[in-house]
Amino acid sequence: MKTMHVQRSIYPLVGIVILLGIWQAYTYFSGISQIVLPSPAAIVLASIKQYQLLLQATWPTLVETVLGFALALLIGVPLAVCVANSRLLNLALYPILVATQSVPKVAIAPIILVWFGLGINSKLALAFLVAFFPVVVDTAAGLQATPVGLLELARALRASPLQVFMKVQMPAALPFVFAGAKVAITLAVIGAVIGEFVGSVSGLGNLVLSANSQLEGPLAWAALVWLSVLGILLFSVVAFTERLLMPWAEAGRH
Amino acid sequence: MIGRQRPRIEPGGRPFGHFKSVRKAFPRPGQDALTVIEGVSFDLHAGKFVSLLGPSGCGKTTFLRIVAGLIAATGGTVQINGIDVTEPQPDFGVVFQQPNLMPWRSVLKNVLFPMEIRREAGKAALARAMELLSLVGLSGFERAYPAELSGGMQQRVALCRALVHQPKLLLMDEPFGALDELTRMEMQDLLLDIRNKTDATVMLVTHSISEAIYLSDTVAVFSKRPATIADFIEVGLPYPRKPEMRYIPDFTELEHRAGRALGITR
Repeated sequence: MKTMHVQRSIYPLVGIVILLGIWQAYTYFSGISQIVLPSPAAIVLASIKQYQLLLQATWPTLVETVLGFALALLIGVPLAVCVANSRLLNLALYPILVATQSVPKVAIAPIILVWFGLGINSKLALAFLVAFFPVVVDTAAGLQATPVGLLELARALRASPLQVFMKVQMPAALPFVFAGAKVAITLAVIGAVIGEFVGSVSGLGNLVLSANSQLEGPLAWAALVWLSVLGILLFSVVAFTERLLMPWAEAGRH
Repeated sequence: MIGRQRPRIEPGGRPFGHFKSVRKAFPRPGQDALTVIEGVSFDLHAGKFVSLLGPSGCGKTTFLRIVAGLIAATGGTVQINGIDVTEPQPDFGVVFQQPNLMPWRSVLKNVLFPMEIRREAGKAALARAMELLSLVGLSGFERAYPAELSGGMQQRVALCRALVHQPKLLLMDEPFGALDELTRMEMQDLLLDIRNKTDATVMLVTHSISEAIYLSDTVAVFSKRPATIADFIEVGLPYPRKPEMRYIPDFTELEHRAGRALGITR
């Protein structure tokens, strides 16, 4: 068992180290410009030297992502409840949802910019728009996937519709909600960055663009790495919350 | 404390359960309706154990669900305690073929679920739940999740849940069908033991001849669809039933009679 745990941590680590080693060696021996492909060492150095700058840029992106994600949950979950419980609403809203999802967010980003300005709101809006769909679809699917046996049990016990919803449907849908949330948080980061690319004064996406335009390769890549880490961290928070709120999901697997 | 709840005397001599000419037909688009039950009549007396025995698809589960109030009969009389049953009744307990436990709740919380629905999940309910779990041999598993239990254990939890609100009528739809034979025999003895302690009237659907005879006071043998009562067997063996009774000549004779009624032997 312990060997398996060790293997699980060691092997990926070894893989990454080897990859970084190859990368470092390539940049050293090929003499390629630091603007085009900085070495891992240069990126790490830039991260350390420009720590303050990177941290300052992380904060707005973090806020945009988290708020956009939170909004997607706050609006998406109730909407999914309506869609799942009303056949009429389902028929009316679902096609609209799918249609809006089909519009590439990259394409409407400039319009969002015009609507909401250069500040945080446009990024928030984009983060919301990309995160919204998976939340609604997965939550609605979860609500409609309540095991029939449980619904029948509730009926045999004369439970009221509200009791069925709160005590059976919602808990049964929770795994689906989290599945949607995990997708949504990763997309929210992308949405925020798209917003920053199209027009912004702050944030990690903004930093990538400005560093790039000033030919500071290592800094631009450092910002990318930080973005990546941000995404991973946020995802981990959602995954952790999932394990916290659904202790029974681990129960069957030992 | 579970104990005995009410006297076995029926007011005015009226039987606890009265079924007369019960009919059920399911409408089919573009075809004639599918008549599943055609004229089932029998009486059920308080505190008795009746099994509904029949082949798969014969309508016995449909009949049980009509009695449970989950579906409506197309015709006939379905009365329990003088009330026409049209919807699930508060003093019924139902055990399905699948345990239908909520995976996100602990064993104890699953058992307490009916009391929560009634907003009566207080100390008395908790004590009853704990006692029931102990009766079925699951003491110590109160905090476990259903995923950690075997099928037989889950079904035992479902049994506790069906009894926690002290139902007058216990309805069971092939509750041990998903279990292996040895576990099933254990569960049958457990059921008889609990029934002895709670005095509930029981109606159990099964396709096992020996299970029907072993458990019941009477066995209603259902014919093939559209179902009628092919035979109504008074078992006549004393309670408490012992596993050895399965092998006495009287038992075999009863099984034979059921087999003849089912048309599988002569």
